[in-house]
Amino acid sequence: MSEVRHLTCIKCPIGCQLEVTLENGEVIQVKGNECIRGEQYAKVECVRPTRTLTSILPVTNGVEEMVSVKSSREIPKELLLEAMKLLRGLKVEAPIQIGDVILSNILNTGVDLIATKAVKRK
Amino acid sequence: MDKTKIAIIGGGPAGLAAALAAYKQGIEDIIIFEREGILGGILNQCIHNGFGLHTFKEELTGPEYAHRYIEEISKTSIQVFLDTMVIDITTDRIVYAISPTKGFIQVQADAVILAMGCRERPRGALNIPGFRPAGIYSAGTAQRYVNMEGFMPGKEVVILGSGDIGLIMARRMTLEGAHVKMVCEILPYSGGLKRNIVQCLDDFNIPLKLSHTITKIHGKFRVEGVTVQHVDAQRNPIPGSEEFVSCDTVLLSVGLIPENELSRKAGVLIHPVTQGPRVNHRFETSIPGVFACGNVLHVHDLVDWVSEEAVHTGNAAATFVKGLVEDAKKVSILTQEGIRYTVPQSFSPSQMEKFLTVRFRVNEVYRDYYLNVYVNNERVLHQKKRILAPGEMETVLLLKQWFVDKESIDAVSISLSKE
Amino acid sequence: MFDVLIIGGGVIGCSVANQLSQYQLKVGVIERSSDVCELTSKANSGIVHSGVDAKVGSKKAYFNLLGNKMMASFCKQYGVPFHQNGSLILCFSESDYPRLEILYRQGLENGVQGLRLLSKEEVLQLEPNLNPNLFAALHAPTGGIVDPFKLTLMQAEVAKTNGVEFFLNTTLLHLAKKDHYYQLETNLGVFQSKTVVNCAGIYADYWNNQVSNRKLSITPRKGEYCLFDKQVGNLVKHTVFQLPNEFGKGVVVTPTAEGNLLIGPTAYDIEDKEDIATTKEGIAYVVQKAKESIKEVPMSFVITAFAGLRATEKGGDFIIGEAEDSAGFFNAAGIESPGLTAAPAIGIHLANLISEKLKAPKKSNYIDHNNGIVDFDKASNEEKKALIDQNHEYGQIVCRCELITLAQIKEAIHRPLGATTLDAIKRRTRAGSGRCQGGFCAPRIVEILSKELKKDPREIAKFGDKSTFLIGLDKELE
Repeated sequence: MSEVRHLTCIKCPIGCQLEVTLENGEVIQVKGNECIRGEQYAKVECVRPTRTLTSILPVTNGVEEMVSVKSSREIPKELLLEAMKLLRGLKVEAPIQIGDVILSNILNTGVDLIATKAVKRK
Repeated sequence: MDKTKIAIIGGGPAGLAAALAAYKQGIEDIIIFEREGILGGILNQCIHNGFGLHTFKEELTGPEYAHRYIEEISKTSIQVFLDTMVIDITTDRIVYAISPTKGFIQVQADAVILAMGCRERPRGALNIPGFRPAGIYSAGTAQRYVNMEGFMPGKEVVILGSGDIGLIMARRMTLEGAHVKMVCEILPYSGGLKRNIVQCLDDFNIPLKLSHTITKIHGKFRVEGVTVQHVDAQRNPIPGSEEFVSCDTVLLSVGLIPENELSRKAGVLIHPVTQGPRVNHRFETSIPGVFACGNVLHVHDLVDWVSEEAVHTGNAAATFVKGLVEDAKKVSILTQEGIRYTVPQSFSPSQMEKFLTVRFRVNEVYRDYYLNVYVNNERVLHQKKRILAPGEMETVLLLKQWFVDKESIDAVSISLSKE
Repeated sequence: MFDVLIIGGGVIGCSVANQLSQYQLKVGVIERSSDVCELTSKANSGIVHSGVDAKVGSKKAYFNLLGNKMMASFCKQYGVPFHQNGSLILCFSESDYPRLEILYRQGLENGVQGLRLLSKEEVLQLEPNLNPNLFAALHAPTGGIVDPFKLTLMQAEVAKTNGVEFFLNTTLLHLAKKDHYYQLETNLGVFQSKTVVNCAGIYADYWNNQVSNRKLSITPRKGEYCLFDKQVGNLVKHTVFQLPNEFGKGVVVTPTAEGNLLIGPTAYDIEDKEDIATTKEGIAYVVQKAKESIKEVPMSFVITAFAGLRATEKGGDFIIGEAEDSAGFFNAAGIESPGLTAAPAIGIHLANLISEKLKAPKKSNYIDHNNGIVDFDKASNEEKKALIDQNHEYGQIVCRCELITLAQIKEAIHRPLGATTLDAIKRRTRAGSGRCQGGFCAPRIVEILSKELKKDPREIAKFGDKSTFLIGLDKELE
């Protein structure tokens, strides 16, 4: 099954318009890129696009109300909104260090949710 | 009166980097004045990632980036006055500040570094007609509610302005449960990073309406909707193209303005285009011993360049307080065809190191144009640029070798040309 | 049973309440908004008119002159910012000069002091930023500028301190004259009062017409304004008018009592008494008209625009006094310009009439002024230091554009008739009225209001219950 997709490369400000041909879900040709980074980007983005999830969670007993969090690595793009649902109702107890694991193995991706801000205990 | 060697106004990324740089030059007596209860400035509410690729070769979130500097500062003798608002700076570098714990503070500084950042343009500055309901926020204010306080300022959102803050908030609001109906942009192109268009709009199927603006806000007590209209090449709304979009929230991402009230009070000369202080290559303003860096100087897109600029500023302030600065002839950097502004606006060739980093912005989108530097009407640089856009801060390096064998330097100018 | 119920908590209603509070009377004010001074009283030019353009023999002229004469000492007593900066009425052509002279003579007849006709050169020397196209001007040194919020609020607070009851969020639904009293049905209950004072602004005709056969007809006349940053607040020093036309005083360019620059208003009749929206045409009109007076309008310094509705009565004059056919019903109707100027005088006049009618003696324990909220920004460095030493909350800045402290915000909440919304805080302290228009301070003020009033932050509103800021919690919207 052949498919052609159009996307904008985000690796540098030029923003080449890429034309990507896929066969059976695999990238077989990338056109429009000025450099190899565009080709690499197209290959990932068209097959298994990934994103870093960032959000915030309420803190209990901390000197601040909220702690910012992120996924320790990128997770599949299509899991973003579902991952957000996992965070509903979660609270994090102070003290918190940067890098503390809040949730491990989000949706079986092997990626953890970690704190990106330190919050001292009240 | 209390004294210090260097007073730094603002504990955001600019102030933090400048403080560390000056400290590393041997200045131990430094005070950072920060009005919030924590250091980090705007980075504290920028919980998304994309910071630090150049500075740390890692992709960090805003708070993580700030933390790197805060950690290092905590190991030094740099004093940090939190919850402290500077209310006046005199021409002879007396800093007046107030704080609930320290009361009314007066400090005589040998040098001052202005690092106050910027504020957002409000609805009133755009004169969008309508009632004055609740539900209209500048993107940064909404970001504070969502990212620092955990509140959603609205549910059905229309965003005006496709600069990075607007795009980032489109994603934030969506992830936290709101429905962002569209982002309107009055220009025919977006001022934001391509990466943000993809990851904040495309990822969530949020339409970007270029050449569109909001011409009316509906709702008396709370926003009930907006009238969105197509605009022509002169950015005037096209009659008949009105579309009513129901929503309860309008986010405005329509421009950042360097926060120079204090600078003006001190008598610092402000550049009309950057809206920040005029500076020379040492980031010194028109008042000797008063320096500036970061968004207060000119609005940046990447925090990494803020940090780099602030390091130069910190170093310069350190050199100044050591009494090591000599007078030197000043040469203006003239902006011509296509160039909106440069920072710095002047420099002294005799005090140059191997090269001088000049940052600039162009006034339109240019594809396949040439960047030119002229010294005394002689062209010394003719560099092809694939793409130049107003939303991307650019850099040109002035090389010392261009000035070394010249009798006198009368003018240096930067311009764009098609050929 | 009340002795007096005042319909409307604008500057007129609060002026009447203030003066009545000196007497041994049970007085109440019924106001449909969430705060006093929330409608026309907060959306006007803030001008204390000299009285040159009031028709000779009219009530407008009479109360204008009285109000103007007493304004300086009145404002000093109540802690209301006021400056007698003088007015200039510009004339742009020789053919228009006779109209200026007519104004001059009318002013003399009205009793306005210090009037002078100035030549073009004299005017430009006073005001170098004016359009050099002008021909001449009338200088009225008794003109001034005042803070309309404080003029209303300080009087309301004194009234409250002296026992006047304020019923906010209370909408009058039905008014009926009974044998010896009036019955007022509101959304929050039924009131009865021996006398009623009609200060209902654009709705004053409706309430008068419920009880009197001398029918009034009030048309809302919209005035739109543009407000500019304090950085251009000294573009002109005087309040600069253009020759008035049949709709009103024309577009004015003026500094405000707080140091901003204000231009406006438009003057066009509308039908909807609730329509206080600004319009594209209206804003464009005031900018265009202002250009006739000043060389350049500094559009890059605009910080906001707003609109207010004048209560224009068909007869063209104030209607003040007891209704002939409805004893005990006192009108202060058709109060459009120079209503703000006239307010203190109208208050005294009606209080005299009513206290005499009810044969009310004065109170012996009347408190005739209150301490205003300290203006931290204007304090000297020594004063600032003393304030912070006394109360560390003066050391915490909340509004950075106007330099307003936490102590001031809290005080605004805990005073008599304390603020419960952001707009109410703004009118009492100026927090949020600066160049960033609340971008920085609004989240902080929401938090402070929520803590002080012990309410969830989601209940905090801009003005009135329906204008809440925060719709929900992150991740919890449904």
